Amino acid sequence: MKLNKHGYFYLIWMAIFIAIPLLMVVYFAFTSGDSQSISSADFSLENFKRFFTPMYLEVLKKSVQLALISTIICLLLGYPVAYIISKAKLKYRNILILLFVIPMWMNFLLRTYAWLTLLGKNGIINLMITKLGFQPLDLLYNDIAVLLGMVYNFLPFMVLPIFSILTKMDNSLIEASWDLGANRLKTFLKVTFPLSLPGVISGITMVFIPAVSTFVISSLLGGNKTYLIGNLIEQQFRYTGDWHFGSAMSIILMVFILISMALTSKFDKGKEGEGGGLW
Amino acid sequence: MVKKQLSRIYAALIFVFLYAPIVVLIIFSFNNSKSRGNWDGFTIKWYIQLFKNKEILRSLYYTLIIAITSSLISTIMGTFAAIGIYDMKGFTKKFALNLNYLPVLNPDIVTAVSFMVLFKMAKLELGIITIILAHITFCTPYVVLSVLPKLKQMNKHLAEAALDLGATPFYAIRKVIIPQIMPGIVTGALLAFTLSIDDFVISFFTAGKGVSNLSIMIYSMARRGINPVINALSTLMFLTLMVLLLIIYKRSEKEEEKVIE
Amino acid sequence: MNNKWLKRICVLLLGVLSISLISSCSDDRPTINIYNWGDYIDPEVLDMFEEEYNVRVVYDTFATNEDLYVKIKQGGSSYDVIFPSDYMIERMIREDLIQKIDTKKITNINNVDERFMNLDYDPDNQYSVPYMWGTVGIIYNKNLVNRPLTKWADLWDEEFSGEIIMLNSQRDTLAVALKKLHYSMNTRNINELEEAKNELIKQRPLVYAYQGDEIKDSIISEEAAIGVVWSGDAVAMMRENPNLVYVLPEEGTNLWFDAMVIPKDAQNVELAHEFINFMLRPEVAAMNAEYIGYSSPIPKAIELLSDELKNNKVAYPDFSELENTEIFKDPTDLLKEYDRIWTEIFSTM
Repeated sequence: MKLNKHGYFYLIWMAIFIAIPLLMVVYFAFTSGDSQSISSADFSLENFKRFFTPMYLEVLKKSVQLALISTIICLLLGYPVAYIISKAKLKYRNILILLFVIPMWMNFLLRTYAWLTLLGKNGIINLMITKLGFQPLDLLYNDIAVLLGMVYNFLPFMVLPIFSILTKMDNSLIEASWDLGANRLKTFLKVTFPLSLPGVISGITMVFIPAVSTFVISSLLGGNKTYLIGNLIEQQFRYTGDWHFGSAMSIILMVFILISMALTSKFDKGKEGEGGGLW
Repeated sequence: MVKKQLSRIYAALIFVFLYAPIVVLIIFSFNNSKSRGNWDGFTIKWYIQLFKNKEILRSLYYTLIIAITSSLISTIMGTFAAIGIYDMKGFTKKFALNLNYLPVLNPDIVTAVSFMVLFKMAKLELGIITIILAHITFCTPYVVLSVLPKLKQMNKHLAEAALDLGATPFYAIRKVIIPQIMPGIVTGALLAFTLSIDDFVISFFTAGKGVSNLSIMIYSMARRGINPVINALSTLMFLTLMVLLLIIYKRSEKEEEKVIE
Repeated sequence: MNNKWLKRICVLLLGVLSISLISSCSDDRPTINIYNWGDYIDPEVLDMFEEEYNVRVVYDTFATNEDLYVKIKQGGSSYDVIFPSDYMIERMIREDLIQKIDTKKITNINNVDERFMNLDYDPDNQYSVPYMWGTVGIIYNKNLVNRPLTKWADLWDEEFSGEIIMLNSQRDTLAVALKKLHYSMNTRNINELEEAKNELIKQRPLVYAYQGDEIKDSIISEEAAIGVVWSGDAVAMMRENPNLVYVLPEEGTNLWFDAMVIPKDAQNVELAHEFINFMLRPEVAAMNAEYIGYSSPIPKAIELLSDELKNNKVAYPDFSELENTEIFKDPTDLLKEYDRIWTEIFSTM
């Protein structure tokens, strides 16, 4: 369609600001030596070898598990919300979606600290519960709190893309489906959901990927009792100063994510098999 | 009918979930004690201190400038990029898409450090330009990710028809494609703005002296504890947004009335 | 409809941008760039400095010593005065990142307590001037604990399971374990470190959480009874909850200092000296000590403090209590070991 040259400027941008930094990360990953003096490094696979031991792989596994569960919860909770808002009257719709996003503009650390006040042993939720006569719940410094925090943080990233697809859904297709005798559930499963799949894939991408490398939530809400791969990588750069090991781990993480997203994109075998992106 | 009620209750619960921490934030901006573990009486002293604190106001200013500029530029660039990528074929397309994903894939700290080294190699002094460049780079992929699904959903024949009828590609984009993908663009812009306003790690390592945004200021208080002045600021920001939202709502109501007339 | 609003917003933005550009251009006072911890100075002090010396203060903040180190080492941003901690100063001297201070220009340097000068991390104070200091100790709620705590070993007592909060900092927590074992917190002996690691692994089931600054709220709101905190934080916590007691453990503990130094690439060295000198004035040091709540190294400033603070034994203990303390040394080559050990402590393997 002759529109593809509009993408060329971005290709150049990406080459400078994405490809070159990536090459640097690769360079760091495959070398070892003093991180602060870049030129004096020697080639080495030591960083990778160090990672492929049970202890570190366990860390990766835990991170992926948490990310997977929170992505699924986000999808299960977020799709209905996106659907409901997209079906609202036009004047309410835009307000509602903005209302959904506005909490994200308040600083993340502040909101996470607020959860500490809400979930604590003597926190606001437990205060209310005990006033009603029940036993206080153990809501903090465990996996529940971490999952809650992750869902809280990533839900809008799931809802927004799904919402934007559902708003311009061709209603005539849905009405045709009803006219042809399908009930609401069947219509949803066979018509609405498949048509919204590009948005769903986008949402899953924008939730799962950051979820795997996140650590602030598990650090604050989990009491730092679980060490995730995000912690590991961040520590290498911001504390230990071993940029080589940190870079190696992020390359490993990147490859892992690329592979899992490639598998997911099989579901979006749309036109020309290009999928939503990866691979 | 029941279904509608149920869905309203469900949506309301989700909103309560989203806003609960904000409400806590606001309440504690009036707490006389610095600690969130202890309510020591109602006060507005933090609000007064806020307006005397030049550093915080400066951070707010930079936060807004950086967020608005980078989300604007990344939305424009991302939209055109998405349109371009949509029209690409084969290997170029795959390559562009995967490259686009990389900032999303990488943990923030890796992006931050690699930018820092990039700027160092280019002998660029860190400052507001470097931080905006960094923000644009990590926001644009999200715009692309938001616009692409809408492009796939769009009726491509309309655009082809426009081109066949003699429209320039730019005209076709402006008048045919963009209106159809507008929700995706708006979503992308919102995402870009959200990411920029809340970023710490990348901002910290690419900001120069004199440039500090709210996130940097807040995360820097990690050792000492967050000064409730920040809560006061967040409350004011939140109220401003609510007011803006109300204005938008009122205007769209007026528009409806106009249409009815 | 959209276009009109878009145009108005653009005009507004341009207006704001141009105003800000103009205002910063017309400001030709000399500038001093300061890099400090967050919320670690009385904002009024900066205003006072600006007025008195007719300069512009540009004040940025960082979260950890290591972040500061990366920014200074990588360059790209030159500051005139920065506030690292003891071990980081040692490292910066070794890596030639900071310059010697001309003590003749710091006339107020004699205001600093002699006992806080000439320390191991900067012998003869050629590079640094102390700003704040403090200790690390155990804070506990005397209503929730059935006996007074006096040693680090108490934190391993099964009786307190679920009531103990440790710091989420590798170094500080390893130091606690090392002192419990009567080793130096600066030990380079891997065996001793491994022993400390095993102690911490043993302690894990007893620990409520490993926290940073959230520890204050957790202890104040009595979610847990015992914590490891810095003395400055203990002062603030004890104000909020009078049931709290702070104690320096018998086995010995950490004594820490934050100090002012001048980076090698500072652009306004003259002004940097003026600023450091200014901060050493008793009135100014007292303002900072009062605002932050941490301990000032300037006796004349301490006299100016409120009674509550100057008589506070947590903030200003008798010097005899500080005999069994150690200052952190630069651990650079051990950092990788610390990291491995820390990962092993938290691994489920």
